[in-house]
Formats: sequence, C-alpha cells, structure tokens
Amino acid sequence: MDYRKLGLTVGIEIHQELATQHKLFCSCPPKLSEREPDYTFTRRLRPSQSELGEIDPAALFEFLKGKTIIYLADHETNCLVEMDEEPPRALDEESVDTALIFTLMTGGAPVDEVQVMRKTVVDGSNTGGFQRTSVVSLGGEIKAAGKTIHLEQVAIEEDAARKISEEGDTITYRLDRLGIPLIEITTAPEIHTPQEAYEAAARIGGILRATGMVRRGLGTIRQDVNVSIRGGAIIEIKGVQDLGLLPTVVEYEAMRQAALLEITEELKRRGVKGSQLKKEHVDVSGVFKDTKSKVLGGALKRGGVVLAVKLPGFAGLTGKELCPGRRLGTEMSDHAKFMGNVKGIFHTDELPGYSVTEEQVKALRQTVDAAVGDAVVIVADDHDKCVAALVAVVDRARQVLEGVPAETRAANPDGTTRFTRPRPGAARMYPETDVKPVQITPIRINKLSTRLPEMPEVKLRRFMTEHGLNEKLATQIVNSDYMSLFEELSVEGHSTTLLAVTLTEDLTRLRRDGVPVEVLTDDAIRGAFVLVKEGATAKESLPDVLIWLAKHPCSCAGDALKALDLEAISLSKLEALIGAVVEERAALVAERGMGAMGPLMGVVMGQVRGRAQPRDVQRLLQAVLKARTQPS
Amino acid sequence: MTEDRLTGYRGKMREALAGVGAEIGDKLVVGVNNQRYEGSLMPRVESYDDRHLVIKLKSGYNIGVAYIPGMKIEKVGVAPKPEFKQPPLPQAKQGLPKVSIISTGGTIASRVDYVTGGVVSAMTSRDLLGIVPELTEVADVEADILYSVFSEDIGSDHWAGMAKRAYDKIRTGASGVIFTHGTDTMAYSSAALSFALQDLPVPVVFVGSQRSSDRPSSDNATNLLGGVYTAANAPFAEVCVGLHEGTSDDSISYIRGTKVRKCHTSARYAFQPVNDWPLARYRDGKLEMLNDRVRPRQECEPMLLNMFSGRVALIKFHPDLSPALLDHYLDEGYRGLIIEATGLGQVNRSLWSAVARARKDGVVVGITSQCIWGRVNLNVYSHGRELVDRGAVPLGDMHGETAYVKLKWCLGQTDDPEEAKRLLTANLVGEFNPRTPYLGGDA
Repeated sequence: MDYRKLGLTVGIEIHQELATQHKLFCSCPPKLSEREPDYTFTRRLRPSQSELGEIDPAALFEFLKGKTIIYLADHETNCLVEMDEEPPRALDEESVDTALIFTLMTGGAPVDEVQVMRKTVVDGSNTGGFQRTSVVSLGGEIKAAGKTIHLEQVAIEEDAARKISEEGDTITYRLDRLGIPLIEITTAPEIHTPQEAYEAAARIGGILRATGMVRRGLGTIRQDVNVSIRGGAIIEIKGVQDLGLLPTVVEYEAMRQAALLEITEELKRRGVKGSQLKKEHVDVSGVFKDTKSKVLGGALKRGGVVLAVKLPGFAGLTGKELCPGRRLGTEMSDHAKFMGNVKGIFHTDELPGYSVTEEQVKALRQTVDAAVGDAVVIVADDHDKCVAALVAVVDRARQVLEGVPAETRAANPDGTTRFTRPRPGAARMYPETDVKPVQITPIRINKLSTRLPEMPEVKLRRFMTEHGLNEKLATQIVNSDYMSLFEELSVEGHSTTLLAVTLTEDLTRLRRDGVPVEVLTDDAIRGAFVLVKEGATAKESLPDVLIWLAKHPCSCAGDALKALDLEAISLSKLEALIGAVVEERAALVAERGMGAMGPLMGVVMGQVRGRAQPRDVQRLLQAVLKARTQPS
Repeated sequence: MTEDRLTGYRGKMREALAGVGAEIGDKLVVGVNNQRYEGSLMPRVESYDDRHLVIKLKSGYNIGVAYIPGMKIEKVGVAPKPEFKQPPLPQAKQGLPKVSIISTGGTIASRVDYVTGGVVSAMTSRDLLGIVPELTEVADVEADILYSVFSEDIGSDHWAGMAKRAYDKIRTGASGVIFTHGTDTMAYSSAALSFALQDLPVPVVFVGSQRSSDRPSSDNATNLLGGVYTAANAPFAEVCVGLHEGTSDDSISYIRGTKVRKCHTSARYAFQPVNDWPLARYRDGKLEMLNDRVRPRQECEPMLLNMFSGRVALIKFHPDLSPALLDHYLDEGYRGLIIEATGLGQVNRSLWSAVARARKDGVVVGITSQCIWGRVNLNVYSHGRELVDRGAVPLGDMHGETAYVKLKWCLGQTDDPEEAKRLLTANLVGEFNPRTPYLGGDA
C-alpha cells in the first residue's frame, strides 16, 4: 500500500504501568493478585447528565445496554478506595516523579500544577464510573524512524479493573488492577507508516524502561492508536498489548478505511440513497421452518423468530473484504451483537451456505421483495433482540453512505479490529474535586534533573564496555523488561553474561514454552542467581529452577533446589561417582584410553547436570583416566 | 447577590485576570516564560492557593498555570452560554400513588456542567424525573425544596419545619413522604421526625447518598427509586431511613428512624440498625418485611408535635472528664443532659455530685452507652446504682443520639422534669426495643 497516497496519519498513546510502592490513589500494592477473590459485589452505573442536556453518547450507549457489573475483590490488593466506598487519597508522588523524569528525558514542559480529572467511563471497568487522569506535562519529542516525532502530553492515570467475563447482561471484573498507576504518553499525529508507528512506540517503551520504574509482564504496557486516512475518520484502536502487532493493526486499519471509502463510492455510483434504507423488518421464520441450519433452527425451536431486512443496492458489498477476514457484513454483525445482544447475522453475499439452501435464499429474497442488486440480512433470536439487531444493521449501512464512522475499536490477536463503541464526545472530563492539585515546583524539577537516568543508547554502550556484553546481548537486555533487575544484580557480583542470557534468552524461551514467567518476582530471580554464585547449584540448573519458581510463586530458590534435587554435590562425592562410572566402563577405557574422555563426560554429566560444574567433572575425570591409562 | 465571574480567584491572580476582562469559561491564551497555553478559564476551588489559574485545554484536561509578575494573559473568546436542554419527560402513568419529595439540601441528583466542571443540583420534580425517569413507573411524584442547607447545619428549627411540611403533605393526600437529606445528621433528623410526627397514616422515608451524585456510580438514584417505591407501597407507617444495605446496588434497607445510626464515614452501607432489625428490604423491585414490630399503614389523622428544647446537651464520657463540664451546662441553665457512659452505663465517681446537683436543679440526666450496641443496665455494678440513686435515668437500648433528640423533644412538650422523664422512658414510637436481638457478628 502507498501510505503517502492514502494520507495515512497515526498518533499513538502508550500506557505503561508503573512499579511504584502504592497505587495512584490509595496505599494498596500495585500488583495483580494470584489468589482467589475474597468477596464480590454488584453495581449499576448511570451516566451523568451534562449541562448541555445531553448524555455522552458513549456513556449512554453503555447504560442502554443495561449491564449489571460484578466485581471480584481481595484483601491483598483492594481497599474501600477501589470499591468507590471511600474518597481517593492524595495523588501518588512517586508516580508524578516518574512522569516528570520521562518529561525531562524527552524535553517536555511540566505543568505548574497537576489537576486530577475524571474521565467518564461507564463500561464498569472503573467502579466510580470514571477514570482519574492528570496531565503532568505538555510537549517534548523523541527521535524514531529517522525523524523527530513530537509528544503532545504526558499524563498519569489509574489503570482499570480487569475484565474477567461478559455473559448476557452481566460483566465481571477483577478489582486488583484498578488504581495501578499508568503513565500515558501521547504522540502528535506525525506518524505516517506502520513501521514508523512501531519504531515510535518502541522508542517510547525504551525510554520508559530506562526510568527503571516500570512494571513488567503481559499487559503492563498497552498501546492505543488513532488511525485515519484521507477522507476517512479518526479511529481509536484500544489495547494493542503486543508491540510487534502494532504495524499490522495500523496497516489493516488503513486497508479497512480505504475499502469502506470504495464501498461508499460504489454505493454513490449505484445511486443508493439513505432514504431507501428502511428499518422495516420482515418475519421470515416461515422460510426457515424446516432449516438444517443449527443457528436458525435452534432459535426457532426456542420460540424465537428469523427476521430479515433488505439493504437496497448492497448486493456484493456486504461480502466485500475490508481487511483479512473482515467484511462489511462482519461490521454489521459487530453492531448487531452489541445493540441486539444476538449471536450474529447472515447476509445474502454469504448465502447459500451455513446450511442455508439456494431455495431458501430464493424464498427469502421473494418474501422481502429483494431485487437483484439488493442484499438481505437475516438474524435469528428472540423477537425484540432481532429487531434491535436489524436496526443496528440498517444504521451501520446508512453510515457507509457517509464514509467511515468515527468509533472506538479493539484490536484482535491477528491485528484486525472490532467495533466496541461510538467515539466518546470530547466533553467527558470534569474535575476530581476529592483530590488536591499537586504543585510542580522548580525545586522539584531541579532535584529530578540532577539524577536523570541514561537514555537507552547510552546504557547500551555502557553495558558493552562496563560489563563486556556483546552488542546483541546488550541490545537484548536494554530492550528487556528485566533491564533494571540486570543492573541491580550486576552490581551484586553475578556474571553479567549469565544474567543477560538468562534474563533475556532463557526467560523468552520459557515464556514461549508456556511457563508463567511474569509471576517471577525480582526476589525469586535474585535468589536463583545467588545460589549459583554461592556454588549451591550449577548455572545449568537455572532454567529448571526458574520454571519451578514460576509454578510455585510463594516459594524461594532454595526450595526449588530441594524439590528438583539440584543441590550441588561435593567434590569428594563427585570423585567417587566418577570412579564408579569409569569402573563400570572399564572395557571402554581399556580400549580407548584418554579417548574415552568424550563419551564418559557425557555419561557423568547426564547424572550430575545442574549439581556439579562441568569444569570440575572434566578435571576429575581427566585425573581418574590418566591414573588408569598411565600406570606408574 | 451577583454571581462572581472569577469564582475562587484572589489576590494578584485575580487582578491579572480581571485586568483583561476575563471571566470563567472565557477562552484565554496564557504565556509564561516560553510556554503558551490555550484553553478556557476554569473556576478555582476557594480553599486552594491564590497563585495559580486553571485552564481547560482542548483535550479536556485542566492544568494549573503559576502566577508570575507580568505573565501574558490574552482573552481570545468568550464563554459559551451554558444551555440546559431538558430531555423529554417520560409519560406519567395514571393512577399511581402520590409521593411527595421534600428536599432539605443534600444533593440527591445533579448534573455535571462540563464547561466549568461544576456540579449543578437538580431538585425540581422535572429535573429529578429527567435524571431518574424510572420514577414515573413507580409513583406520581411531586418534589419541592424546603431547605438548601448542609446536613451539619441542620438543627431543631429545621426539624420543626420538616415535620410541619410532611404533616401538610400527608394531610393533603400524599401516600408517602420522602425527605432528601445529607447523610451526616440524617439519623438525628429521622429520630426528631419520629417524635414530631405521631399517629402516622403513611411512611416518611429519609433518603440520601453516600457517594456523590456527580459520579455515575452514585447510590443516589437507586436509593431514591427504592425510597419512592417504599413511600408509595410500604405496609408500614413509620419514619425510617433507607440507604444501601451493603456495598452492592441491589438492596436497600429501611431502618426505623429512632433505631438507625450512621456508622461509616463514606461507604454506601453506612446506616446500620442499632438493637433492632431493619423494617424492610427493597430488592428486585419488591419490598420484603423484616420486622414484625411495626406500625401498619392506616387511615388516621397524623399528630404534629414539633416543639424541641434548645437546652439539652449530649456528653460523651471519657477518662479524666472534668465534672466542671457538667457544672458548666448546669450553670448555663440547661434542662437536660444525655451522658454516653461506658459499658453498661458507668461514669467516673467524680461526676456523681454534678449528677446529684442536676436533680436538685430540675435537670433531667439520661444515661446511654457509648458502646452503641446493647442496652445499659445500672443495676449490675455499684457505680451504676450510685447514678440511679442520684436521679439519673437509664435509657435501655436507645442509642445516645436518639436519646439526645428525644430529650430535646420531651422538654419541648413539657417544662416539668418529672413529666419529661415519664415521656423519656415511655416507648412512644418504637424507640425502645423490649428484646435485644442478636444481629450477627459485627453488630
């Protein structure tokens, strides 16, 4: 795709959880809980009416969905503040400092006074019905993708509760994550290719890690991207957790908008008018009374109906692919699911199919009086749900006549996106009067300025010269979540190469193998390295120790050694063991002499791996063999 | 009173703003050093310092800009006129019971002014219905404003006015009365109205919210909706308080006005019954009765007895409490004292002579316990008996705050201390529970 021709414009918001002592507005620890919830409670949220007499469209949208929200909470990570049963405490100063440090590293201008705002969010992810957020600085810039990209602002805000499930009208959230401090960095819309988006996000992530104040693990950094193309609309895509996926998300969104604009053009050419798109549904249950389709038949059997709506002029367009695997019909289906709470829809561009026969399609078209160029959408469920779903389908079809509707979307794991809600109005922020503003004094700025952390590239060079790491390893560790831990451990006298390899390559491999490495605490990892340093076990046993610790989060490294039988054996025991091995294979030794060294080394290491240093095995084995093959 | 166009700004900052004719909401460009900020001027909270101005950026965020001499402030646009478009009102159902909502100043419903960030109270019937449209399904609601005062500023004059207003509403056909009230002194007011409105034909329900109405999670709407339902339909005719039973939004408990106490500073479940079961619970659109000791809804004429004495004090006993404090009240001509004693009702012996003097002066002394739960019994320990010997009146399972309100009411009805004592110890409106119920672990 020629992104310049498309007029692709992208802005990124990076959200990174901070590793502070406390949550942003209370004294709870900022961590996810590993334990079962201790208590649950239910709430409803009601959108506040604004002075303009309007309720924010996004807020109203959630309320109309009539959701009941269940919260799961625990005594370890929650108090009354997260429950919205107690006013927030003062803004966490450590979080403010971290945001200021990032600001100073990127040349931004701190505000004189940080004001805490409430941003209305009524999907239940915040118990209060709003997220608390504050701008700490404006401006600044980063260098990425060979150019300067300006920053609009740096904010700190509270992370939302974790969504556990959504069934029918009930959404369940875990409360542990609510209130964890997040730093939010917003770039100017100065990014014009997917690759630039990747590099800008990676650079911001690198500077954040350099502060040494970030939490690590899945979901601790999330990217939102605002994507538009010329003639399209600004689409806010939320929650891209994997940086590697970011360019694909941008690319697919550009494709989607371009395809939607093509459909708009085609509809214009076909002369389709909004007035032709009527919200008049037809009951077509009769057409499908003997259907083999499980979806349609199942709904009818449960006492539901099959309703249909005609989309004049849409034939061939509902089935048009917008980006891989996503058609206009998919978009209509997303809206139908949200507004009608139905399982999905069928459209005639994909029928016959899904056990719907050609005859049935013909009968369907006849029943709704569809001409050749028309598409028909059907939905099967309870009557009221079907009506709401088809109204949403027609609304979505009308939007196509106008082009790309502005909305908030969520990223799917394959880089495509799905509709989540209309884009919130601009006016959904109001002051959090329960929290006093924080003044940023010149004294505070000066104090922070004198101890700014190194930028990632400076760190990289230092790791190479000071710790003797090669460039690949040094790059890996600088780009790693474990950079701060590496620095701490390296001054404690551990082998820096071992640290770097274990913390990057080994942990990455273990994560790919499905080991929950994110539960490993700094103390657990430190404990494992201490055992190696003290000779209690060999460095080869580190991966096994880490796997065991990840599966037993409440234990220490010493427990792992005992459980895995990896405690180092003494030299005298090792010598005896080698003697026995050599004795057992006396014939081999007699035949090959010192040439038996290789095979015997393998046998002994097989028995003592992780419990003895290979160099000790080699030295002792050599001595034993020498003694046998060169009789004095 | 003219509205301040620079709310909360003082000193040099105010001068600088006034100098360019800026008013709240105006679009400004502010230049400080090399920074240039553009946005709308926001009001400043009065208690904050006078060295910052607050502007709302285009992004919706507010930031504070520090004052420096010679800072450049330029007015580039005027404030948009706040314009409140009333949402269309839902169709009122015919034939529903009439419920009167009387506001005393607690903000039960409000809307947010996103332009200034201010919160505007909505207290007319129309406003309420616009915000909680479900009310029209439940009752024929009529709302009016009696007072606009903070709960902590409410006193016995307000109680008298509230009782009178409720009395009038009941006499003109209300099937139930709602008071919206700040929660801090709600239990005092509910106790006061319990005594001031007797022989009730219909319920009088106090509702409020613990979490402010400017948040989508506020308990205001659910409490109001449950309260209106209860006022319209409850089978009892008592003064009661109805807020959340627990932290969840799914149930509201109605507690007798004399047996309720605010027991938490901020949580939704702050109101707890003391030595009594709640009267009823509202859940899933239905009311479930939980207490058989109730006055039933009935056809009768209510009685208005809304006189309260101003010369009653509530004293919390504590170690080293000086008898001079009691003497001070006696010197000042107080006519009644409620002492929140320790445990079963004991106080330090150094206070005994003051208690004896009170009897001599014709001052009623009532004894309650600062334990809150349980009843006093002055027969168990000798120190208790010493108090009774000196004329102190043990007040059973009535908690101190209700006892205080009741003694004010008793002395509003009579000047005779013996008659006041008789009233004080009589069970008039269920303020004494003859049986102390086991309410579970915490209570």
